[in-house]
Amino acid sequence: MVVNMPTVSVKRDLLFHALGRTYTDEEFDELCFEFGLELDEITSEKDIISREQGNTKAEGASDVILYKIDVPANRYDLLCLEGLVRGLQVFKQKMEAPRYRRVSPASRTPQRLVITEETAAVRPHAVAAVLRNITFTQERYDSFIELQEKLHQNVCRKRTLVAIGTHDLDTISGPFTYTAKPPGDIRFKPLNQAKEYTAQELMSLYKTDSHLRHYLHIIEDEPLYPVIYDSNGIVLSMPPIINGDHSKISLNTKNVFIECTATDLTKAKIVLDMMVTMFCEYCEEPFTVEEAEVVYPDGRTCQYPELAYRKETLSADFINRKVGISESTEHIAQLLTKMCLLSEVMSDGEQIEVEIPPTRSDVIHACDIMEDAAMAYGFNNIPRTTPRTYTVANQLPLNKLSELLRQDLAAAGFTEALTFALCSQEDIADKLLKNISETRACHISNPKTAEFQVARTTLLSGLLKTVAANRKMPLPLRLFEISDVVLKDETKDVGARNNRRLCAVYYNKSPGFEVIHGLMDRVMQLLEVKPGQGDGYHIQATDDSTFFPGRCAEIFARGKSIGRLGVLHPDVINRFELTMPCSALDIDIEPFL
Amino acid sequence: MADTGLVETLLRRVEKVDGGVDSQDVATSLGVDHQAIVGAVKSLQALGDVISAEQRSSKHWELTGEGCEIAEQGSHEARVVSSIPEEGMPQSQLMKLAFGKVGFSKAMSNKWIRLDKGHEGGPRIFKTVESLEDLVRDKLLLVQKGQASQLEEKEKNELKKRKLLSEVTVKSYWITKGSCFSTTITKQETELTPEMIASGSWKEKKFKPYNFEAMGVAPDCGHLHPLMKVRTQFRQIFLEMGFTEMPTNNFIESSFWNFDSLFQPQQHPARDQHDTFFLSDPAQAHEFPQDYLERVRKVHSEGGFGSQGYKYDWKIEEAQKNILRTHTTAVSARMLYKLAQQEKFTPVKYFSIDRVFRNETLDATHLAEFHQIEGVVADYGLTLGDLMGILHQFFNKLGITKLRFKPAYNPYTEPSMEVFSYHEGLKKWVELGNSGVFRPEMLLPMGLPEGVTVIAWGLSLERPTMIKYGINNIRELVGHKVNLQMVYDSPVCRLDS
Repeated sequence: MVVNMPTVSVKRDLLFHALGRTYTDEEFDELCFEFGLELDEITSEKDIISREQGNTKAEGASDVILYKIDVPANRYDLLCLEGLVRGLQVFKQKMEAPRYRRVSPASRTPQRLVITEETAAVRPHAVAAVLRNITFTQERYDSFIELQEKLHQNVCRKRTLVAIGTHDLDTISGPFTYTAKPPGDIRFKPLNQAKEYTAQELMSLYKTDSHLRHYLHIIEDEPLYPVIYDSNGIVLSMPPIINGDHSKISLNTKNVFIECTATDLTKAKIVLDMMVTMFCEYCEEPFTVEEAEVVYPDGRTCQYPELAYRKETLSADFINRKVGISESTEHIAQLLTKMCLLSEVMSDGEQIEVEIPPTRSDVIHACDIMEDAAMAYGFNNIPRTTPRTYTVANQLPLNKLSELLRQDLAAAGFTEALTFALCSQEDIADKLLKNISETRACHISNPKTAEFQVARTTLLSGLLKTVAANRKMPLPLRLFEISDVVLKDETKDVGARNNRRLCAVYYNKSPGFEVIHGLMDRVMQLLEVKPGQGDGYHIQATDDSTFFPGRCAEIFARGKSIGRLGVLHPDVINRFELTMPCSALDIDIEPFL
Repeated sequence: MADTGLVETLLRRVEKVDGGVDSQDVATSLGVDHQAIVGAVKSLQALGDVISAEQRSSKHWELTGEGCEIAEQGSHEARVVSSIPEEGMPQSQLMKLAFGKVGFSKAMSNKWIRLDKGHEGGPRIFKTVESLEDLVRDKLLLVQKGQASQLEEKEKNELKKRKLLSEVTVKSYWITKGSCFSTTITKQETELTPEMIASGSWKEKKFKPYNFEAMGVAPDCGHLHPLMKVRTQFRQIFLEMGFTEMPTNNFIESSFWNFDSLFQPQQHPARDQHDTFFLSDPAQAHEFPQDYLERVRKVHSEGGFGSQGYKYDWKIEEAQKNILRTHTTAVSARMLYKLAQQEKFTPVKYFSIDRVFRNETLDATHLAEFHQIEGVVADYGLTLGDLMGILHQFFNKLGITKLRFKPAYNPYTEPSMEVFSYHEGLKKWVELGNSGVFRPEMLLPMGLPEGVTVIAWGLSLERPTMIKYGINNIRELVGHKVNLQMVYDSPVCRLDS
């Protein structure tokens, strides 16, 4: 249950100004906690630079205080100052949630984006909208750019699902065409470059770009690259890589054309809604967004942004029962309204009609609404109760046996090791003088280092590595581990199974076969298996490349082979960088359940 | 034990004096080596408070070998004079004597002799005095008698320059009577023996006292690993609370059970190559409950069960991909699905503590594998208050009483809460784990009844262990690089104290 949260950094004073009051750091931290945010760090640009690049580089950098705030991964509406302020102000009942409206342009003819069928194979979806008569300031502009970046990293899944392009509408003229072309045929001056490049040239240019190189793989191997043109053949963007320089926005831009291209239409709509709802408050007519028309290859047309308000009806009783409180219907409606979910008590006095705004794409079920009610009520105000659920506890028999054996192995003078379940191929094969193909090992396809190539098929290598790391300890070393190895097994749904093993090693100036043999006798005694053929246990000489020839025996219990014991082969000793003789015991304990 | 006779002699000496005696003086007066007296002192000290001995050190003058020779036979110059007959002696003959050279020049400077260089038959030496006072010898004799104090510093230093005297530091004991002083000593026994017990002779014996300051002999034993000791405790807590252990012995899991069944969308970052270990062999799982799989597909791609769904193109190929499980919640999903297949629902409480795997960047607190502790309760009508109540009980058993909950996001729980406790040492709230109520989109496709709520929580085993044992680097706790001494030295684990 580990969740990565996006972090938004905002200037503290700007935030307090927008909230209409100041807070102490502790007060603001407390407010965040209640609202499901986390004030992760209080810093400044200067601090950040000096920490990352040293004090000299930081000289002259801004020491304006920044709040770094962790935001839940599904709350795209809190990824910029504008959204955070709106959320917190509504939560503190300082303002009502704004109503976002899609409007037709004064000219009555909306901007059009025509999608051609060539896009189908590479990036089939596109949506668009216009922010009309917007007023940027430096802060608003920075926030606008920053939100695109945050959305790209999160909901857009590093631009694979959605890529956003924003353009100065007054520098281009529609209708716009979203198409896909061979990279050699695309030629334009990209953002912040001095000359024109073909798409091919751009891909090699950006190979070394610390930021853009991460997105090249999305289209690199495609025969056709996505591209958006205006009616004069000017390139707006080559999604998901780069915009054209021609249409770039600036502080003076008045009208912004926003396009989102995507492989996932649902996400594209969410992203467009986020971009426009967050910034339409700076339009001449606040909270309105001018529609754009998207024409599909099959001739269908759609108006965007959707800005859809959805209604859900649920009862106060549902929320009270799920949360464990008993609040009036009116109060619950108020709580939900504080969370930007405008709610009304219906005529029966029990049902609540909840309106989910376009900014709350995270609300997809009544349980999401219930959670918002619980948050507004305050998790820590909910009475803590004890469930009446009556159950009798049972241990897993395999773990019960393992626990009991561990205690007795320690009592027998052996020390418990705890080694990794993942290791290198070498550890379980070459170093044990085995061939990897005979190990039945499960292989990992994307290990970052050789330490994680396979799941272990034996506990022995981990124990020998533990000995190697502890060569300075007084001899003898007596170690054991009872844990799982993983083996391929066709009969299982996933094609593999765990196997619980008991492994022990004795490392000393003499091999001590009798010591490890004695331990095996003791284990059998603990498992109530008597020496002898048939129902008992016995050992029998065998050949095993890991062991010294003539010094290895197979262990049979109740007629079944359960493992081996013996003196390790000198080459095994060497390969684990050891110097003394060593004997080992390795058995499967599952037959004793 | 030192020579008993000497010990008793020493004791009688100490008895006779009031102030105490110096071991050097005793040695001199008894005519024995000082080291023998020191040995006697040490063995008396071992008997307890018979004597008290305070170590001192003093400086005194002593004759060198040459000095002794002079004290006995006279200075070289005196011996030169006395060996010369009236008729004189050839110089060459004098020089052959051992003391000749040094004695000749000293006697010359004292004007006790004269040299006739022109004598026929070679240079010849004649006495010029009949009698002489051998002051050098007299001074050395004084020192030998222990009366060095009668000499002036200047005289002593001159003799030192001639290598006849040397100044030595002498360590000695100042011995006085102890609180248990007695002139008779009985031999002390070191240990009680079976013979003493049989004969009763122990009653008359005195036993040598033990040194309780010393450490005992370490027992020759095995040890349990500290992380496993903590695991045992957590297991015990769950069992005390009536939770049944889940079978988590399947490290390899399909993406279906690890993610899809939990309503975790296929584009979720956790399903990225950067976060999860995928398998190349066996690469795919090949068996799923088909109708359940269909319901899962539908709730992701179209919604249903009261949900809007995620509205994306759900692909079976993604669900089939085998991975190393990223959480034990995959097992919880299997168990809840199994529960849903029962004819009649029965409430359950489940727990597990086992390994999970993340293909993450490693640092001092993160490894590619760690142990996850998980608790799950399924019953009709459970509330968020119940979840907080049960967490309160659970953490109480760990000795943690001050809890608070922060809203959080998790794709398969709603509400989701991070659990914080107040750390008295750090004086701040620290995160302990995550918790939540499983989403209906996860439970209803399994076939669980609508009124059933499932609450769950999870935390890592390593983090509380590191806090408990004060370990800062996880590699010092887990894996083959741990120092076995740490394992040998680790105390018992009681989480609530």
